[in-house]
Amino acid sequence: MIHFILVQNRQGKTRLSKWYTPYDDIEKRKLSHEIHKIVNSRESKFTNFVEFRTHRIIYRRYAGLFFSMCVDPTDNELFSLEAIHLFVEVLDAYFGNVCELDLVFNFYKVYAIIDEVFLAGELMEPSKQIVLQRMDFLDNLP
Amino acid sequence: MSAKLRDLIKTVRSCKTAAEERAQIAKESAAIRTAMKEEDVEARQRNVAKLLYIHMLGYPTQFGQMECLKLTVSPSYSDKRIGYLGLMLLLDEKQEVLLLATNCIRSDLLNPNQFIVSVALCAFGNICSTAMARVVTPEVENLLKSTNPYIRKKAALCAIRILRKAPDLIENYIKATALLFERNHGVLLTGLTLLIEICEMDPSQIFKFKKVVPQLVRLLRSLVSSGYLPEHDISGVTDPFLQVKILRLMRILGQNDPEASDAMNDILAQVATNTESSKNVGNAILYECVQTIMSIESENGLKVMAINILGRFLLNRDNNIRYVALNTLSRVVNTDIQAVQRHRNTIVECLKDPDVSIRCRALDLIYSLVTEQNIRVLVRELLNFLLISDAQFKSELVAKLCIVTEKYAPSKRWQIDTILRVMSIAGSFIPDEVPSNLIQLISSTPELSSYAVQKLYLALSSDITQQPLTQVGLWCIGEYGDLLVADKSQLPKDEDGLSLNVNESQVLDIIDAVFKNSTTTQVTRQYSLTSLAKLSSRFSQNTLPRIKSMIDIYKKNINLELQQRACEYSTLFDFEQKSSILDRMPPIEKQEESPHIGNQKNIPTQTPPTQNQSLVQSNNNSSNNNNSLIGSLLDDLNSPSVPQQNGGYNQQQQQQQQNSPISLLEDIFGPPLVLQNNNNNNNNSNNNNPYGQAKSNPVTPAGGSSLIDIMGDLSLGSNNNTQHQSQSQHSSPLPLTQSLSPSTPSPMMPVPAPMQLPAFQKHGLSITYEISKPQANNLSLTSINMVISNSNSSAVTDLSIQAAVPKYLKIQLLPPSSTTVPPNNDSEVTQSCKVLKSADKPIILRLKIDFKLNGQVVTELADTPLPSQF
Repeated sequence: MIHFILVQNRQGKTRLSKWYTPYDDIEKRKLSHEIHKIVNSRESKFTNFVEFRTHRIIYRRYAGLFFSMCVDPTDNELFSLEAIHLFVEVLDAYFGNVCELDLVFNFYKVYAIIDEVFLAGELMEPSKQIVLQRMDFLDNLP
Repeated sequence: MSAKLRDLIKTVRSCKTAAEERAQIAKESAAIRTAMKEEDVEARQRNVAKLLYIHMLGYPTQFGQMECLKLTVSPSYSDKRIGYLGLMLLLDEKQEVLLLATNCIRSDLLNPNQFIVSVALCAFGNICSTAMARVVTPEVENLLKSTNPYIRKKAALCAIRILRKAPDLIENYIKATALLFERNHGVLLTGLTLLIEICEMDPSQIFKFKKVVPQLVRLLRSLVSSGYLPEHDISGVTDPFLQVKILRLMRILGQNDPEASDAMNDILAQVATNTESSKNVGNAILYECVQTIMSIESENGLKVMAINILGRFLLNRDNNIRYVALNTLSRVVNTDIQAVQRHRNTIVECLKDPDVSIRCRALDLIYSLVTEQNIRVLVRELLNFLLISDAQFKSELVAKLCIVTEKYAPSKRWQIDTILRVMSIAGSFIPDEVPSNLIQLISSTPELSSYAVQKLYLALSSDITQQPLTQVGLWCIGEYGDLLVADKSQLPKDEDGLSLNVNESQVLDIIDAVFKNSTTTQVTRQYSLTSLAKLSSRFSQNTLPRIKSMIDIYKKNINLELQQRACEYSTLFDFEQKSSILDRMPPIEKQEESPHIGNQKNIPTQTPPTQNQSLVQSNNNSSNNNNSLIGSLLDDLNSPSVPQQNGGYNQQQQQQQQNSPISLLEDIFGPPLVLQNNNNNNNNSNNNNPYGQAKSNPVTPAGGSSLIDIMGDLSLGSNNNTQHQSQSQHSSPLPLTQSLSPSTPSPMMPVPAPMQLPAFQKHGLSITYEISKPQANNLSLTSINMVISNSNSSAVTDLSIQAAVPKYLKIQLLPPSSTTVPPNNDSEVTQSCKVLKSADKPIILRLKIDFKLNGQVVTELADTPLPSQF
């Protein structure tokens, strides 16, 4: 299961955080900080997986943004990596060449998208098209 | 969302300093609060949206929680949408406000509008609490049968959330197998996830799902053989996510079930051969497929194929793929070690990877690949690697090297060589017990002692800065100094250059160099002094003046321990019987396996070191009271072997003890010594004659170690009056041993070492105390961390622990990390408490433990006294 998803830029500003396991605010801030330190220090040809406490961080860098996911160590790492990519592809298609500012100004839409892709710490919809259709539909509701 | 949110974001972004941003946010928060007070319904949605932005920046927004709740009850969809979003961001399951939302979510789940149902499901799935799960489960069960696939897939995931919170509801969701007969991929995926979750939570349910195996095979076959489906295609593979989940459920259902496994063989072979392995998606499927093949009762041919796929993974240029390959190989290494051995060279190569993730995995794998046959080759590789690895990695590598060397060494000579080499390369990373184990090994192998001492002499003559190596070297030189100068035949021919000409003065030169080296620690100096004392009886008489003068330097040393040793040794030279005292140590017996191997039970033992007894016995013949003290002095020679005597403690504690020799020795000598030690600090300073102290040995309090008992006997024999003086004027071996750690100033009252104590065990629930003194200067405060684990196959829920204490104690009990303890010892729940005592009486806790197991409420009472040193 996914414990949390973080989207951070290279300076460590959190652009999106989704927590499926409850942590208090101090813990959340500490986790974000630690994870930024870990992923930011890794070179590009390193693995996208880092052991972190008793869990595993699966992360991927897209331009200046790190998408990190904390999963159980028994989860399929390549699956999680692909799930991150699916989410990014949806964002990219939805915003049309997504950039960091899109995420800042439309954070509530990003949350809506993440809720269409993941729920309760699990992947919900494996198809990019279906998520996009759904988002379109929701945006046009009164 | 109006332009107003946009404006806020813009304003905040344009702030140049953090202070400016804070001011801006404070202003905005105030405005929002005013609007809330005025019940401005129009602006509510926009205000909550702004609050969420403020929350994302990390500012306090608790005041907005009620506002979100108000939005969720609004009939408008757009209000609900932002309200539920706020609920998910601002609240989590731990907050009580959430209970207020329960009814709203329930009624929204019954709403005919599918969009409202879906936002409610979404919020429920992400933040539901245990109480909520129980209330809302009937609605979710109904929604699983909804006609709308979009609702069904959300309901399936909400069911997972419910089960995680309330595992006893599992029976209600067995019927979810129907979801596997759908056509919608989202529903299939979430249905599979739900079934996997159920199986992992409660393995006794697995047999109920066996009937879906043919359907899984059918699904997977249609995915593998289907043509291009634009909706589900990811880099040329049809719905890899779904394939992975199917393979995963197959793995669970096929385990230990030959029939089910048989049904899967064909399709697994098909997936393993036909999946495109150039892209990440393909590899994700292959990886899952390999794991499935290795865990179910698959055909041997298939297993070979799986290992070969992993072998191919290892050669992949993508580090991710190599990582998962190493990971999987270390999991399957126990089932088929031969097949994995074939890839040994590739795995060793991975040690050189710049990525620490890969290196750690490779090291783990190599560690489990070592056998008696290949240890020479693999250890040579690891040693080469040790030379170039970075500091962070070295300690782990050294620890593993020492373990395998000890476990699989083909000969003792090889073992001594290897450990010496490790120590000379990375001395400072050596685990603390390794030098003592090495000393034990050398002393119990008399035929190699001459060889070992020469090797060590050579090592020391090239490098005296590695403290553990120097210590072992000095110990051996002290013990076997005569062999070192006499016997020249032991070393292999190619190393003879230096060894042939060892004479006594060269040996003393080395010890002199150790003294003069600025990096030498006090402990090493202690070793050097003892070594010199021993050498005085091993070497010829004409070296005696030099040895004496070297020892004499330390008679005025500022360090009390060194000064005392020097004084005692130099006085020792005046006695005629010294030779018997300085005799060779009897072989040190090994009492147990090295502490990091094997499981250790949590039974504290206070076995005194055997060699102490043997030494003191030899001194028993001597009627001279002073010799008994010297006997105890020489015990310090054994000090490196002390950690291994300290058998029963678990590993964690061992490490703590090794970090601080003081607490370690206290554990051995037992708590009663605390008092004496306290007085000692005052006495030592104004008593310069150590023999004066020896005459007034303390009465050993009951329960002290037998070492002290023996000492006590000896002194009683010579001076009966001492009994009454013991508390005020005394000495014991303790100050010597205590200053083993010169860097730590001896505390007035030593802090008891942290320890673990099993406190409660019933109904499969066990509670272990981790007891420690958090503040060295405040010993009345004790911190107890309760670690609660559950060995039942179902989870323990609604756990609550209350504690009562006698009047002289004050207790503060913090909330537990969770009220649910996962089954099968999967993970632990912790709850910590602090106890403050106002009287010097033992700590005792009465626990009242309430919990639910399999729906039954259980209440238990338990009295748990803590050990007296707390």
